[in-house]
Amino acid sequence: MSDTKSVTDDSFQADVLDSTDTIMVDFWAEWCGPCRAVSPILDQIASEHASKIKIVKLNVDDNPQMAMKYQITSIPAMKVFRGGEVVKTVIGAKPKPALEADLAEFLA
Amino acid sequence: MRQVIIIGSGPAGYTAAIYAARANLKPLVIASSVEAGGELMQTTEVENYPGFPQGIQGPELMINMQEQAERFGAEVVLDDVVSLELAGEIKKVTLGNGDVHEALTVIFATGSAYRKLGLEEEERMSGHGVSWCATCDGFFFREKTIAVVGGGDSAMEEATFLTKFADKVHVIHRSDSLRASKVMQERAEANPKIEFHFNKRVEHIYGDSLVTGIGIVDTIDGTETTMNVSGLFIAIGADPRTHLVHKQLDLTTFGTIAVDGRSSRTNLPGVFAAGDVIDPTYRQAVTAAGSGTVAALDAEHYLAALPKELKERAESVPVSA
Repeated sequence: MSDTKSVTDDSFQADVLDSTDTIMVDFWAEWCGPCRAVSPILDQIASEHASKIKIVKLNVDDNPQMAMKYQITSIPAMKVFRGGEVVKTVIGAKPKPALEADLAEFLA
Repeated sequence: MRQVIIIGSGPAGYTAAIYAARANLKPLVIASSVEAGGELMQTTEVENYPGFPQGIQGPELMINMQEQAERFGAEVVLDDVVSLELAGEIKKVTLGNGDVHEALTVIFATGSAYRKLGLEEEERMSGHGVSWCATCDGFFFREKTIAVVGGGDSAMEEATFLTKFADKVHVIHRSDSLRASKVMQERAEANPKIEFHFNKRVEHIYGDSLVTGIGIVDTIDGTETTMNVSGLFIAIGADPRTHLVHKQLDLTTFGTIAVDGRSSRTNLPGVFAAGDVIDPTYRQAVTAAGSGTVAALDAEHYLAALPKELKERAESVPVSA
């Protein structure tokens, strides 16, 4: 479905929280239509801004601990992490220009 | 330049595309970037679309329609229209990526957008317990108590679907009877996890980072009570999506695009409208599909009457331009 790296409950600490990069986690699931719709847009944003932000995916079906810890009640939910903290949350599938506007501070 | 550009990719848009493509008009379908396939992409089983005796999943139905249109030469673009110039012989359609497409006819089939309650806390709590999509978000309410607002088919479908996850689903409806079809009502009423609350309206949404409860007011005696719920699913209908054509196309008092009689003709020559965006009454997948057919046939007749040199300009330019 996409080349974006997947993270898991087990790898979250190392891949996201301990990372020195700005990382956006896309909380998604196979059965979520809007998640499938926004996925290629996230791939585009990741490749166009590779030096600024890394985008990874977390499947909420397979990784319930992180979905619960971050109080996910609606997907797609996209959370930007810096230094182990959530610095931005975007919820819902949006067109590319709208997502870029939401994420502007991390893409510049 | 195109002969036909279709804006929207629900049953109306794709059916118009199937007919226009089979008429060899090589339609361009602007399907939207994140809502391609329309409202049915967020439903589960569709039981009332003819031809599928065992029912069909909404997303599967829409992917089938897209494939059927593409098979006859329709081209589907996953982007959003940001502006439209509909007056004049040649229509201009500008997309989110900056591309401008020209066409002799436009079929406008943008459907409708979910209606909101209009409460102060609704936007802030959206995605934090307030939802418009049971199939997307129901999963997160396992063993929880939640509420569904609304009394139509979509409210019944959402409530019934949500009982797969939730322990208890309260259905809150502002009048004393449901608008939903009999089969949907009976299914919801027979479900032991669903409890109905009539003559009640949601007045408040409580919670800090997540929804913890709602305040509901009795529409008869005005008393307010608090209900502890961790989710609120809003299914109170939808409004026609006309913001792109305000000041260009005439609207009806219902807010739908005005069309001439049983046709799809709007007040502008060469501009046709179909589906929920013209329909304040029925709003079914199959009526939208029928309406898309009407629009494609109307566009075909309009094109047939245009001067030959204009049509040749549309045909001579490569399809990708």
